[in-house]
Amino acid sequence: MADISDKRGIERRGRVLTGSAVALVVVLVCTLIFMVCSRGLATFLTDGVPLGSFLGGTSWNPHQNDASGVPLVGALPMIAGSFAVTLLSCALALPFALGASLFVVDVAPSFGRRVFRPMIELLVGIPSVVFGLVGLSVVVPWTRSWAGGTGYGILSSSIVLAFMILPTVTSLATDAIAAVPDSYRDGSYGLGCTRWQTIVHVEVPSAMPGILTAVIMGMTRAFGEALAVQMIIGNAAQLPQGLLTPAATLTSVLTMGMGNEAMGTVYNDVLWSLALVLLAMSLVFILLVHLVGRMGAVRNG
Amino acid sequence: MGSEKTTATATFHATRSTAAARTHDRVATGVLAAIVGLILLALVAIIGYIVISGLGKLFDWSFLTAKPEQFKEGGGIGPEIFNSFYLLVLTLLISLPISLGAAVFLTQYAPEGPVTNVAKTAIETLSSLPSIVVGLFGMLVFVLSCGWGFSILSGALALTMFNIPILVRVIQQALEAVPRDQRDAALALGLTRWEACVHVLVPAAMPAIVTGVILSAGRVFGEAAALIYTAGQSAPALDWSAPITSLANPLNVMRPAETLAVHIWKINSEGVVPDLVAVSAGTAAVLMVSILAFNIIARVVGRALQRRMTAE
Repeated sequence: MADISDKRGIERRGRVLTGSAVALVVVLVCTLIFMVCSRGLATFLTDGVPLGSFLGGTSWNPHQNDASGVPLVGALPMIAGSFAVTLLSCALALPFALGASLFVVDVAPSFGRRVFRPMIELLVGIPSVVFGLVGLSVVVPWTRSWAGGTGYGILSSSIVLAFMILPTVTSLATDAIAAVPDSYRDGSYGLGCTRWQTIVHVEVPSAMPGILTAVIMGMTRAFGEALAVQMIIGNAAQLPQGLLTPAATLTSVLTMGMGNEAMGTVYNDVLWSLALVLLAMSLVFILLVHLVGRMGAVRNG
Repeated sequence: MGSEKTTATATFHATRSTAAARTHDRVATGVLAAIVGLILLALVAIIGYIVISGLGKLFDWSFLTAKPEQFKEGGGIGPEIFNSFYLLVLTLLISLPISLGAAVFLTQYAPEGPVTNVAKTAIETLSSLPSIVVGLFGMLVFVLSCGWGFSILSGALALTMFNIPILVRVIQQALEAVPRDQRDAALALGLTRWEACVHVLVPAAMPAIVTGVILSAGRVFGEAAALIYTAGQSAPALDWSAPITSLANPLNVMRPAETLAVHIWKINSEGVVPDLVAVSAGTAAVLMVSILAFNIIARVVGRALQRRMTAE
């Protein structure tokens, strides 16, 4: 009997020990969300800025007030900038990611395992400031000489971001395509289809939810990337005029501004509101991943 | 008669479309191979560019050991190199036990139901948060509320938050990859789940865990956005003979500590260092070589552990 209660003690200790690690993480995340919300909402609750002039306003200069005395805190230029670089970088990365995934699953699996995956993991490891530096010294001059303008802007940022999200999208898409049951492939080959026909008509459609998830995870990373984008985008808080003119993103304005403004000023509060938008968007991306996952589960029974 | 003709036409079309399909297939395979080739080429070009641009500085001993300069040429990155490794070690010391615990709970104990769902969602949220947001939270809580200032301690805690979701996922995958038989056999012998975990599962998953932890260490090593407002953007000169309370003592966790990655960002955004381009290139090369080393060590150690475990 003593033996068994000993065992129960061990088991309880293990459960408490590991459970408290999980509890700690949950508490941290809840604290983070609460703190960012409370600071970010101060703009609207304490400083009296209407939500509409924050989300819809196009002029950003929180040190000044407009005619009616409301600070100029229009965040639309940054929100638009963030979405622009996110969508464009995904559009640039997706064909490459999908092509590479199909190659390593269907054409050369052992090459994929031995060579391609380790190389892609290396790409994940390259620090974002190093990407920023390469962007600054290679991509910006390249864009300037080929497309004109200053070289700083959405196009250069998206090219660099495309490289940064490529590993995320590729490895998740590879998992999704590899998870398509072999019986589907065999069925298609058995009907006389070529590999390409099998890919287009069987594999990609049935892996679609997983591929969508991969894209959303890539977008999450692109949307939240701060330093590389800040180094390349040109940091002009104006509505994006085109792909080649300097712009700004939520992260770039946050990175530059937070060090200069004292806590409790309107400027500082608005910066926290930008952080709140970032937080909200990453929650939206998670929600989308779950929705897509459920859609896939329903479709595959 | 007519039907014969239809069949013939169909056969003709089928043959032709089969031939076309074969051609499509070959072209498509070629395109896929070209895509993979381009990606690998780009990767090699990026890494090669970084290392070669900074090659001169990479073997310059005074650059690797001297203190940075703000307004004149010839500054080094000695303190930054030490700070990067010190922060990494502290971060791993804090984040590894927490992540291991959380991963064990989620794979072994996790009761089906709301508790587990909340935990999983929390970890997922943490992993998808932009690192700049984690850094700003760190500034709010550790730097300002706790009053620790821009310090190694604040930086290590912010990096811990950044690192936990990565480690939990890596360890969870490693634990789940252990064959179910091993766990069942351990439980059937009368071991508790905790004992099975400590004596059977974690040792069996060790090669994968070690590989994953070292790979994630590379990401922590290069992280900057979470650090600029927590560990700060200044690197006091280090002196091993200084007392532990002094800002010059390397091990003092309350001193500000700029890392390699933060250094690159700071000198480029301020733009006052005259030999900015050379210093950034050199620093980036040091970072890149370290990341390459982490990757190689991860694989070598993982393989060696695997071999030792399976050979016995």
